[in-house]
Amino acid sequence: MPNTSFSPSIESRPTYAGLVPQGSAPSIMIADAEGAEAIMDLAERDAAVLDQAHLIYIPKGAKFGSKLAELGAKGYHEEASLDAAMTLINRLLGSAHMGTQLYLAGSEGMMGRVSALALSLGLPLDAIQMEHRGSIGRPMQCVHCKGVTQDVTTDPFICSHCGLTLFVRDHFSRRLGVFQAVCVDAETPGVVPEIQEITA
Amino acid sequence: MSKQMMLEVTEVEPLTPLVTRFRFEHPEKAPLPIFSGGAHVVVEMPDGEMLRRNAYSLISDPNDASGYEIAVRREETGRGGSRYMHSEVTPGTRMRISVPTNLFALDPRARKHVLIAGGIGITPFLSHLRQLDLLQQPFELHYAARSRDEAAGLKLLPKSARIHVQISDEGNRMDLGEILTGQPIGTHVYVCGPEGLISAVLDAAARHGWPKGALHSEAFASPPPGKSFTVTLAKSGRTIEVSASQSLLEALEAAKVEIDWSCRGGACGRCETKVAACDGQIEHNDHWLSRDERAEQKKIMPCMSRFTGAALVLDL
Repeated sequence: MPNTSFSPSIESRPTYAGLVPQGSAPSIMIADAEGAEAIMDLAERDAAVLDQAHLIYIPKGAKFGSKLAELGAKGYHEEASLDAAMTLINRLLGSAHMGTQLYLAGSEGMMGRVSALALSLGLPLDAIQMEHRGSIGRPMQCVHCKGVTQDVTTDPFICSHCGLTLFVRDHFSRRLGVFQAVCVDAETPGVVPEIQEITA
Repeated sequence: MSKQMMLEVTEVEPLTPLVTRFRFEHPEKAPLPIFSGGAHVVVEMPDGEMLRRNAYSLISDPNDASGYEIAVRREETGRGGSRYMHSEVTPGTRMRISVPTNLFALDPRARKHVLIAGGIGITPFLSHLRQLDLLQQPFELHYAARSRDEAAGLKLLPKSARIHVQISDEGNRMDLGEILTGQPIGTHVYVCGPEGLISAVLDAAARHGWPKGALHSEAFASPPPGKSFTVTLAKSGRTIEVSASQSLLEALEAAKVEIDWSCRGGACGRCETKVAACDGQIEHNDHWLSRDERAEQKKIMPCMSRFTGAALVLDL
């Protein structure tokens, strides 16, 4: 399965150009679930990308762990969840030097959160390579209670924090790494459009 | 064209045999608009028949509204703007100055700033340093000059372990590889000086894997003199002669054809003008048009670029 191509939308909606090997440079690679396949494709194009790479993988139930471990990255770390991985990601990014390559592959939730951290550390957006693979579930922030619901696949959906019925928007906050969701029945309480699966 | 103010020269101080500092204040001591580090002003010089407008970086404190200061290097082979400043301007001279514009600001998202200056390219960094001091942000400044005569910044720079000076006449050279290695994440690089230094820094940064978004540059460009040429204006049918020491923009202004402009150095894009017909070669000296746009010869930046050939018709 290649890099997901999303239908054209507003400029705020992130698009992911796909990973391009940058040779044997110090690198931080982070993948979740099917994102593993993007890292394997990257290594197939130029195995040198692994020479100085820290590879962090969050399987989320996918079975690519052993194959990724065998690629031969300088460091391989498997973590049970993104929350659990953030300590290591924080430490690796925080101590990185300019010239370190950042490769992210997998869900929008993971890529959004890690790229928001990288931007907050002063790294420009063009330094972050991303490739979308797997579920098109989105990280959605409720603009009312500010809580983030992960892996949202329907529109509207129920906020996992405050219980409002929220409309899935394409407005994306780079600072927070999440899409914005607004109450769908604020003016007509209880009148809620039919729930649909979101599409790419 | 930016709003202008008539200001009075209050100080003229030679910093080196080549570089002079000028201070401008309001004649009634009214406060001037404050600015941000890296900003420049455009100074108008009524040089005989010709009205010159040159851009100079502000070197004074961005938060000081009592006056603006610039440092001008005397260019013997230039078109005459710097010679005018050095020979005609004295305390008491009144000059028309634009409000400050900034095309070389510090990136507020950066966590550390590496400033690289060559020769007179030190000027925008003098105001950057004041702003960085106020913001208390980490920085280092690397300043290369051919000789101490050229190194006007030496008199104006504070003493600091974060400021490194290399004088090439004395055998010291800047090691770009070392400067660009091991910089912490979130470092941005700013370079100002001759074209050779700017391209050397951008090339070295690319080789060391730096992202383009962390690189900022400002060329110290003034319109190069060249051969005289003729342009035709499509709408009025007028033909205008551009002399050897005049830019196309200056020739248009002298002919009372007003077009929009800001930096007059080929960086901001404001004076971009459509070319209706071109039989010959445009000498693109700007930093605005892309490689493809240059090749098409459908646009020209009159502030910097010239023409050789049979006919150039502008969509004016």
